[in-house]
Amino acid sequence: MKSSTRTSTVRIRRQLPTSPWLFAAPGLAVVAVFILYPFVSTLNNSFTDKRTLIPGEYVGLANFRELLHDDMFWIGLRNSTLYVLVVVPALVLLPLLLAMLVQKHIPGITFFRSAFYTPVVASIVVVGLIWVWMLDERGLVNAVLEAVGVGKVGFLSDQWLLLFSAMAVTVWKGLGYYMIIYLAALANVPRELHEAAAVDGAGAVRRFFSVTVPAVRSTMVLVGALSSVAAFKVFSEVYLMAGPAGGPAGEDTTLVMLVQRTGTGLTGRVGYASAISVVVFVVTVALMLLVLRADRKEDA
Amino acid sequence: MSTTEKVPAPVTGAAPRPKPRRRITDENGRRMPLWEIILRYGLLLAVLALMIGPFLWQLSTSLKGPHEDIFSSPPKFLPSDPTLHNYGRVADTIPVWDYALNSLKVAAANVVTNCVGAALAGYALARLRYRGRRAATLVFILAMLVPVEGIIIAQFTTMRELGLNNTLIGVLLPGCVSALNVLLMRNAFLNVPYEIEEAAFVDGANVWQRFVRIALPAVKGTLAVVAIFAFMGAWDDFLWPLIVLSDPERFTLTIGLNYLHGTFANDERLVAAGTVIAVLPLIVLFACLQRYFFRGVGEGAVKG
Repeated sequence: MKSSTRTSTVRIRRQLPTSPWLFAAPGLAVVAVFILYPFVSTLNNSFTDKRTLIPGEYVGLANFRELLHDDMFWIGLRNSTLYVLVVVPALVLLPLLLAMLVQKHIPGITFFRSAFYTPVVASIVVVGLIWVWMLDERGLVNAVLEAVGVGKVGFLSDQWLLLFSAMAVTVWKGLGYYMIIYLAALANVPRELHEAAAVDGAGAVRRFFSVTVPAVRSTMVLVGALSSVAAFKVFSEVYLMAGPAGGPAGEDTTLVMLVQRTGTGLTGRVGYASAISVVVFVVTVALMLLVLRADRKEDA
Repeated sequence: MSTTEKVPAPVTGAAPRPKPRRRITDENGRRMPLWEIILRYGLLLAVLALMIGPFLWQLSTSLKGPHEDIFSSPPKFLPSDPTLHNYGRVADTIPVWDYALNSLKVAAANVVTNCVGAALAGYALARLRYRGRRAATLVFILAMLVPVEGIIIAQFTTMRELGLNNTLIGVLLPGCVSALNVLLMRNAFLNVPYEIEEAAFVDGANVWQRFVRIALPAVKGTLAVVAIFAFMGAWDDFLWPLIVLSDPERFTLTIGLNYLHGTFANDERLVAAGTVIAVLPLIVLFACLQRYFFRGVGEGAVKG
């Protein structure tokens, strides 16, 4: 069987030598023109003082030197980093608990799974505007807080509360997505492990840490990698909740918001925005490597 | 509860109905204790309120009339006099149906280009033998790893060089064949047994016939996943249209909503009606196709 496969493949190849490239051409063209070329030109532009309507000249590392003294850059870096530190642990743990909750095939569970996935489906603009309304000074959350005697909280007016509110929204929107990933992983955990642990007298909490967590550890690493890369590049939630200027005195600006603000418009500093983009690349790649390396170390 | 279930129902009247009680069991057929059932449903309902509640609150706000206090304390969930008035007012304020049509055009085009482009390229990577196949595969893998947020300014300048800024084509192009979809299709084609295509080859089918008649029908499931995610991705996208579109006439729905929010932030009823218009088609689509959604996330996670 094996040999016949091989001979036919050879004949298939001889039949139409040019067609494979015809098949791949549309995809290759799009990816080359709109992903790879912009990637190379971002690296290239980061060493120039290119502006929207001015080609610009090579300026070496001037953009990167300027970054070091740019307060806004440090605010962006701080906020994006903080975002990763808060959002990632929540998105590694909470969806796992949620997946355990919807794991059992009890009546109506499909409805609950779908319902929990709804925020994932909704566009980030819809989600952002819903929460702006919920967290408004006159919104639902504050009405409830006032009714129970806590009083009004300025979720959208205080620099830090605003950032943490945006993080909460990111977690809320991501829960369903990572829940499904965990659900697939949980399905592969052998039932016997839980039973053996139960026979040995391990309680639910103990079984969670000594059976469930080790069994889905590689999925936790995957979720950690995906969510940390996404969290560092956060744009929409903060943009919608804090406004284009990034909240009070721009203190809630994230790095990608800074790229958008600096690099677009008629006076956009394309070169400088590209330098910030390069920082975004480097950090995201570093985050991925860090998470994957932590995974390998524990395996050894 | 467990004891009462074993007691046979007293026979009353002429026709005893042996109604089998549905027992709640886990996947191994073991009965779940009552306390666990109550705890699980209690938690499920609590999470449900948290995940769906905000959408319902938004819907409720959009249905409240101009004289109803939307800031009342305690908050009122049901509009006292529900009206569709606000939906008409959104359309008077911004051309919301034009924006929806723009979004629909981009999303539909994105489905077609992604399905066709990714299927063709995926087939070439999985099934055809030629020099440079590994290099082509590597190109798509590299492209998948590039974070879009980091190249968005260069995409913008590329688009300007092509003279396509501020057009719906410009919104569509960068994602019209996504590398992730190409790799998903490649994996799907790799899982189709080679023997079937061989038989077709022996029968004289050329490469296009084999692709259309044999290979494509075998990967329908993955194609559906690609289509759904292509639609959702285009319909929901925010950052790229925000950068590439400047003329309010060409806005897509997400950009239009942001504009509505910025301009008419005072009237929450209007913004709420706008968000409902934007999210309702997706929730309906999702409700119809949720099986594929979940499969797609699983596959994306494993193979992406």
